[in-house]
Amino acid sequence: MATSLQNAPETTGSAARRPTLSERQKVAIVTVSVLAVVTAVAALRAGSSTVLVQALVTGVLTGGIYSLVAMGLTLIYGVLHIINFANGALVALAMYLTFVTVDTMGVHPYTALLVVVPAMGVLGALLQTSLLNPVMRAPIQIQLLVTIGLALAIENVLLLVFGPTPRSVQLPGNVGVSILGATVELSRIYAFVGALVLVAILSLVLQRTAIGTSIRAVAANPEGARLVGINTKSIYSVTFALGAMAAGAAGVLVAPFTTIEPTSGAIFNLTAFVVVVLGGMGNIPGALVGGLVVGLTEQLAGLILPDESPLLAVFVVFLIVLFIRPKGVFGRAS
Amino acid sequence: MLELTGVRSGYHGLEILHEVNLTVQPGEIVAIVGANGAGKSTTLRTIVGEVKLQGGSVTFKDQPVVGGRSHELARRGLMLVPEHRALFGSLTVDENLTMGARARKGRWGFEKDWILDLFPILRERRTQLAETMSGGQQQMLAIARALMGSPDLLLLDEPSTGLSPKLTWTVFDAVKAIRDRGVSVLIVEQNASQVLSFADRAYVLESGSVVLEGSGADLADDARVQAAYLGG
Repeated sequence: MATSLQNAPETTGSAARRPTLSERQKVAIVTVSVLAVVTAVAALRAGSSTVLVQALVTGVLTGGIYSLVAMGLTLIYGVLHIINFANGALVALAMYLTFVTVDTMGVHPYTALLVVVPAMGVLGALLQTSLLNPVMRAPIQIQLLVTIGLALAIENVLLLVFGPTPRSVQLPGNVGVSILGATVELSRIYAFVGALVLVAILSLVLQRTAIGTSIRAVAANPEGARLVGINTKSIYSVTFALGAMAAGAAGVLVAPFTTIEPTSGAIFNLTAFVVVVLGGMGNIPGALVGGLVVGLTEQLAGLILPDESPLLAVFVVFLIVLFIRPKGVFGRAS
Repeated sequence: MLELTGVRSGYHGLEILHEVNLTVQPGEIVAIVGANGAGKSTTLRTIVGEVKLQGGSVTFKDQPVVGGRSHELARRGLMLVPEHRALFGSLTVDENLTMGARARKGRWGFEKDWILDLFPILRERRTQLAETMSGGQQQMLAIARALMGSPDLLLLDEPSTGLSPKLTWTVFDAVKAIRDRGVSVLIVEQNASQVLSFADRAYVLESGSVVLEGSGADLADDARVQAAYLGG
């Protein structure tokens, strides 16, 4: 069973709403075929296999990072139906926390996970309890404004505390290694592996633990959850905490190869949103696939249309997908 | 068990229930019958605090019921099965049942086997997603989920909606079995003739007021009830 938090309207039973396995397979086959054709075109344009392999490897690794950043966003959307525009700012905050931890304690950057992830969890729970729970029944634009305000507040507090000077975190032994002839930094490989581990952990928590079942129940039907004695507001807080922890893990993992500035996270916001929509809002493994599609699209488009912004191709793909499957590649058919 | 005294309630300043008095004693089935819009569902929604109480009082086990905290009521042993069922569609039958047991919090509970014996079809479909089941199966699952929470009082809102006559009797037979195990049931039905045939007591609601009350059998024989609801 896919770890999907998508909410379906309560109806009398109809098996037609959930795509059958064969439908999912069709989607996968089409996606892979399109990527193969694009890759072939890119190969012709590139003229050298080294350039192509470099693009593919970079695309996959960058895609993993995009999905890493998008994970918290899709989790929070799936349960709370809030598009958390502060997700990028939370990632930026986590990067600064990593910088401070490494700078003051002199520890290995990945050791900062032990500090940053729990701290982000506590912060996430506090934010949901104090700012978002009171507006959960308000119109969606109110919730959007709260998260946008939160993003501005976080960015400006970071600016106030750390100033505009860019910071960086050095990963010891971060050398370039060769994969199939392509050269990549180790830190990017670690971040990619981190994305896979994060998907696995979140899926396990949601599918196999009591709190995860409660989270899925609240996502499926908040009223039903209250009727069986679940305090939905505390589940919302736990979910936002998990989303913030995912943003925290993403921040630590991308810090070694990202220039740390107060607005660093905002750069990820738009891409993360595209990734979440492509993967199906609320679908955690979908976010991983969405990230890979965006990462590969960017790199291959760079080969085919070297003079255009890679984002052009990303948004063309985005629009085509929205047109064909409005609920995302792995979303449920409408 | 449950006592409504002079209850006035409604939406957006509009009063729908006028001075409703109603009681449910331990171990009895009480029915609320009446036409569409008579205030039957509003009565249930007022009891669980989803509609604001504007006057009078609602007490459950001699404790006042406060609005807006329906998850606490479930933990106190009062469970509502709403007309639209409010199932967890993307969860399996088994997961829905497990979630129902959350309300129990260490209190004594029905054996899951006994509940599944009431609705054997659920036993065959434990790994199926709730949203892929038929309307009748979903109704049974909704009642089974509430029973997993081991309620002292079960509120059923129009459980026969959308069910075939045969399935309706399966559900009503289960309601009788639940009562026989000591659970009080307050059931709202448009299907008056059927529900009056097994309810211990019943109230007839009209335009938000109780116009008749009595034993199920007496009301079924009442000329006014027959004229209004039983097509007689």
